[in-house]
Amino acid sequence: METGQEIAIDIKGLHKSFGNNHVLRGVNLEVAKGENVVVLGRSGTGKSVLIKIVCGLLTQDEGSVIVLGEDVKNLNKERLEQLRLKVGFSFQLSALYDSMTVKENIAFPLKRNFKHLSKIEIDKRVDAVLDSVSLMKTKNQYPAELSGGQKKRIGIARTLVLRPEIMLYDEPTAGLDPISSIEINNLIHNIKEEFGVSAIIITHDLVCAKTTGDRLLMMFDGVVQKEGSFEEVFNSDDKRIKSFYDYNFT
Amino acid sequence: MEVITNTKRKYYLSKGIDGFFFKIAAIARFVGNYFAQLLKPPYEFSEIVRQCYKIGCNSLPLISLTGFIIGIVFTKQSRPSLSDFGATSWLPSLIGIAVVKALAPLVTALICAGKVGSGIGAELGAMKVTEQIEAMDVSASNPYRYLVFTRVTACVFMVPMLMLFTSLVALMGSYLNVSANEHISIATFIANAFDKVSFLDLNASLIKSVVFGFTIGMVACYNGFTTTRGTEGVGNAANAAVVTSMYLIFIEELMIVQIMGWFR
Repeated sequence: METGQEIAIDIKGLHKSFGNNHVLRGVNLEVAKGENVVVLGRSGTGKSVLIKIVCGLLTQDEGSVIVLGEDVKNLNKERLEQLRLKVGFSFQLSALYDSMTVKENIAFPLKRNFKHLSKIEIDKRVDAVLDSVSLMKTKNQYPAELSGGQKKRIGIARTLVLRPEIMLYDEPTAGLDPISSIEINNLIHNIKEEFGVSAIIITHDLVCAKTTGDRLLMMFDGVVQKEGSFEEVFNSDDKRIKSFYDYNFT
Repeated sequence: MEVITNTKRKYYLSKGIDGFFFKIAAIARFVGNYFAQLLKPPYEFSEIVRQCYKIGCNSLPLISLTGFIIGIVFTKQSRPSLSDFGATSWLPSLIGIAVVKALAPLVTALICAGKVGSGIGAELGAMKVTEQIEAMDVSASNPYRYLVFTRVTACVFMVPMLMLFTSLVALMGSYLNVSANEHISIATFIANAFDKVSFLDLNASLIKSVVFGFTIGMVACYNGFTTTRGTEGVGNAANAAVVTSMYLIFIEELMIVQIMGWFR
């Protein structure tokens, strides 16, 4: 990250345990405004826990998490809800509301948070985000009728409709075929370009990391092992980083 | 060796006691949140109406059949005992008292605990394990207000309605049996049935049903909301919703009957 840039997320000395399982052991991370940071690592290294702490779904044991100037741990319920309107979270399994159509899924957070919006305005905003993820034709379909890639895109659209300043992507390409993965990667890239949002992208897919990330963090055993550009991280002599690369590309 | 075993035993005992009190506190917070939401209008009327329809209308066939059969069977089995004393003319009163004061509230609540409680427990449990509740949370959509408050409120409204319907259907079933054996008009039957049922009795049954409805909704929502461990957890949540509701309904029935006794 370049010095002098405005900080969107500032994480310092983050620790988190579940019982005897010490998942995060002093993670430090800064994300600048408009920057995409990719967090790489094997399953179980605490990547998802990290972004769940950022949006206040989990609480850290030690350390501080400042998001858009607010200390997440010390926010009351109302302030946390205000902050959450500015932070979009794309879930690994999309987490679409299966009793609602695509349109209802996307309109749901708008109806709940912006009660002053008219039906016409809500429809306009739903159409705009559906258009931005190129899935207008699925508007009246139920999540069960969509493919994995379409579900991911609708999940992202549902967060974009609130016009967030930060996006948190949890394994955006997990379980997708290569073509769908490329579509999601392009979408993440376009979101950054079009809306200027900052993002943390949790993944173990190196293609996703390379195409979407401005900066990479490699995590092992709850600590950041290496940080830098894609090339800087993978030119490392660290055996674990090398084996991670080899597993993905050879 | 014995010291180690004792220390371990004390550790697990203290952990168990801690866990118990943490759970009690969590349940108290969950229930307390309902009353906090009650004080914060505007409410989700369209969702409450949708839940009322799901809980009420979808339970009607089962409630009707059960109520009707209870009416017939209870009348049929009471007749020989009453006829021994030449008191078959008391049959409508007996049925009225039994149905309105005891059978209808309890049977309706038990059926709702099975049908509605398991449905809510499984639905919210599935939403929990597929992160749909977390998704509502991170979009500042207050899942408690949308999912729990609406369902519990719908249960509070619909269980008393269903109880009144069960009473009516059970009395119809009873009338069918009575009229097959002796000549009696429906108006006389109803008048006799309600002769010994006071306004306090009817109110007591309605209050019981409101309490049962609240219990069914709250227990089901709590179990759904706290589901863990995937699909197995969803099954457990549905099961716990039914079993816990039933236990609580019996305990509440005993307590309310006792309390109402003080007002007589």
